[in-house]
Order: sequence, then structure tokens, then C-alpha cells
Amino acid sequence: MQSLDRYKETPSQTAGPYVHIGLTPNFCDIGGVYETDLGTQMINDKTKGERVTVKARVLDGTGTALRDALVEIWQADADGLYNSPSEMRGSADPNFSGWARCPADMDTGEFVFETIKPGRVPFRDGRPQAPHISFWIVARGINLGLHTRMYFGDEEKANAEDPVLQRIEHKVRVPTLIAKREGNVYTFDIHLQGEKETVFFDI
Amino acid sequence: MNERVDLSNRGPETGSFFQRDRAWHPPAYTPQYKTSVLRSPQKALLSLDNTISEITGPTFGHNILGELDNDLILNFAKPGESAIGERIIVYGRVLDERGKGVPNVLVEFWQANAGGRYRHKKDGYLAPLDPNFGGCGRTITGEDGFYTFRTIKPGPYPWPNGVNDWRPRHIHFAVFGNGFGQRLITQMYFEGDPLIWKCPIVSTIPSKEAIEALIAPLDMEATIPMDAMAYKFDIVLRGRRSTLFENRLEGN
Repeated sequence: MQSLDRYKETPSQTAGPYVHIGLTPNFCDIGGVYETDLGTQMINDKTKGERVTVKARVLDGTGTALRDALVEIWQADADGLYNSPSEMRGSADPNFSGWARCPADMDTGEFVFETIKPGRVPFRDGRPQAPHISFWIVARGINLGLHTRMYFGDEEKANAEDPVLQRIEHKVRVPTLIAKREGNVYTFDIHLQGEKETVFFDI
Repeated sequence: MNERVDLSNRGPETGSFFQRDRAWHPPAYTPQYKTSVLRSPQKALLSLDNTISEITGPTFGHNILGELDNDLILNFAKPGESAIGERIIVYGRVLDERGKGVPNVLVEFWQANAGGRYRHKKDGYLAPLDPNFGGCGRTITGEDGFYTFRTIKPGPYPWPNGVNDWRPRHIHFAVFGNGFGQRLITQMYFEGDPLIWKCPIVSTIPSKEAIEALIAPLDMEATIPMDAMAYKFDIVLRGRRSTLFENRLEGN
């Protein structure tokens, strides 16, 4: 019989406690190598859409905020288009990167993203998904980066019909993916473990 | 702001990624690596066939790169000086599981200096900093998925896990593919290092075969005589299905 000639994906390893050196060197006082840290700015004056601030934390099994985690987010623009060559439905807003990277504040563990509220993008069968931001979380103690999503607390109708949220068997866990809105600020706590454990995805 | 690479000479890749083999990767809960105990989800992951949110991802143009971004011997050094240690070249290809080179993707790497000390305020190891070594670098893969950089061989270092645990010599890698679902961070180890088989982080990976995928062989053919030794490290990202027979999204 012939072989399928497939390779195995390179196994993951933890990002470790010094992930900043590689991904945000200016943040950890390694100056002069890169002009700026990548992914610190998603929007500019011309970006279309409603400006919002996302404040997140990642908490361990004791409820303590991780102060050495790093988060990347990925989201659609205000019209629901991704700024990616794999986006076939149209051209995304050229003034919106869609991607950001943020290290936890070394004292408080907080992540802050200045962004816009994304538009809706279709699920595989064409049904609209609720507006959401994809999160990827790495840190010391996390062996393989964790994927989750943040949905918006003021999008109750869209959230109720979201095909991904509907897939969650235990409805009591749905609120773990929904950020609370206050003014223009959304607050999103990601619990790695325990009673309030956030839903993570195998995508 | 728009960091997209022009890929107009290639068909864009829009299929779903092959499912991750989570028996091949390290599981979340690996108690010999103590920090994982309170940082590992205990509930099952929710499996999803990829939506466009996972199939798409950011891309970066060469305009983000400085001239010395892939030269850790010089990119933090004072003019006329260079980092201390064994001079090495690390090179390889970024492939996907179908064996196709993955061009135009950002590869980032970081490491300790020759004595095992990181330039990070949380690292209190008594080995000294090297004033000419920062420890970060990055590059973008070429048309066949090739990448290369120059650095010094990092030293092993102790860490507070067991009372006498030492990390093998390693370089951390962070790789982008073309989709957010391909995002990967890993560590490269060096052929012949006896610490590899004693390390609680290495042993989070269940199989010897998978661990060996992280060990870079010495390559005397790529070594530059009287200058730098060379190690080869290929990185495999998730493959993706062909879109020829995928269900078309309604309205497209």
C-alpha cells in the first residue's frame, strides 16, 4: 500500500516565563533591536467602526491572575471581513490590522486592547456568527496555546443564535465567553481551571 | 498598518486545518512540570471544524524586518563588538503536514546567552548577562519556506521546579502560518544534549518520537569553516484540506 506521506505537526512546548524577550522585547527593556513591539496597534484615525477597549485577565486554578501570560487576538473589521489573504469575500478595512499581541501587566496581570467592535462573519453553513474576538493564550505552565473566543455582552440576540455558542452542551458555561460592557469598555476574565473555567476550543 | 503580503501569484489557502493530534502534543496537565498543575483546563475542549475566524490569520511583510533581525550575534551588540559564545547558524524550513513549504510567514525566536542567563528582570540566575547579547530575533520564510539565523549556542540553566532541575540548551520558536488556528510556540533542542532526557518540560511530550522532532541535528555541511557551526531545525505546521470539494458558504 502507498503511504499518505503526511508529516506530524511539530509538538508544542510552553512559551515559558521569558516569552517577552522574543515577542515583546521593548516591553521587557530590550531596546534598540526592533523599532516597536509587533501588534501593539490595531487601529488608527481612519479605522471604520465603533471604538472599544477590551480589558482581559487570565486566572489560574486559585483565582490568581497570571502576570507572565501573553495573549494574541484576531478579529474581523467593522464589516465582518478579515485582513488576511485567506479572506475571499472582499477586502478588509486597510486601516485595521485585525491582530494584536499584548503581554500581561507585570503587576496586575491585565491585558488592554484598543480596538473596534467586529462585524458578524458567517459560520460554515452560512449562518451569521455573533461578533467575537478570537484569543490565543500562552504562558509558563501552558504546554499548548489555548484558543478561546470573547463575545460581547450587549449582543444578546446575536449571541443567542450564534452557532458556536449553541454547540456548548452545558448552557451554564456559555457566560464564560461573554464580556461585560461598561461604557466603551468590555471586561473579560479567562479562568484556566475550576468552577468558572472558560470554554476552550480544539479548533 | 496594512501588513499583508502580496500573494497574488499563489492561490489563497482557504480550507480547514487538519485536526490537531492532541495525543502527540503535550497534554495540558503534566504534574512533573509543576506550573502546569494550576494552569491546565480540566474540562474537555470544545471541538469545532474551522470557521473563517480560524482559517484566516495575520501576515507580515518584509518591511517590518531590520537588517540584523536574524543575527543575534550582532543585533544587540555595540558597534565593533559581538556576543560571546559558540557561534552557530540555525536554519530549516517551515512546512505543513502535507510537506509543502510555507512561504512568507514570520518566525520569531528567543533564548538565553552562552551562560544560560536571560536578559529579563525576572531571571535571577547568577550567571552574568552578556552586554552584547539581547536574545531575540525574527525572520520571514522565503519562497520554499526556508529560514535562517545566526546566534550563539545558549547555555543550560537551573530553574525552580525540582530542587535540581536544569533546562537543556534550547531556543524558543514562535511561528505564524496563514491561519490563526496554525499558531504554534515550541522549543528547539540540540543533538546530543544529555539534559534533554531529564527535563520535566521536554517530558510533557508523550512520545520519544515526538520529542525527537524537536532535536536539531548538527549539520557539518552547512557549517562555515573557521566561523560558525550549523544546526538544522524544520518546523511542521498544521496542514489543511483542499477546498476543491468543500461546501461553499452560502452567499458566496
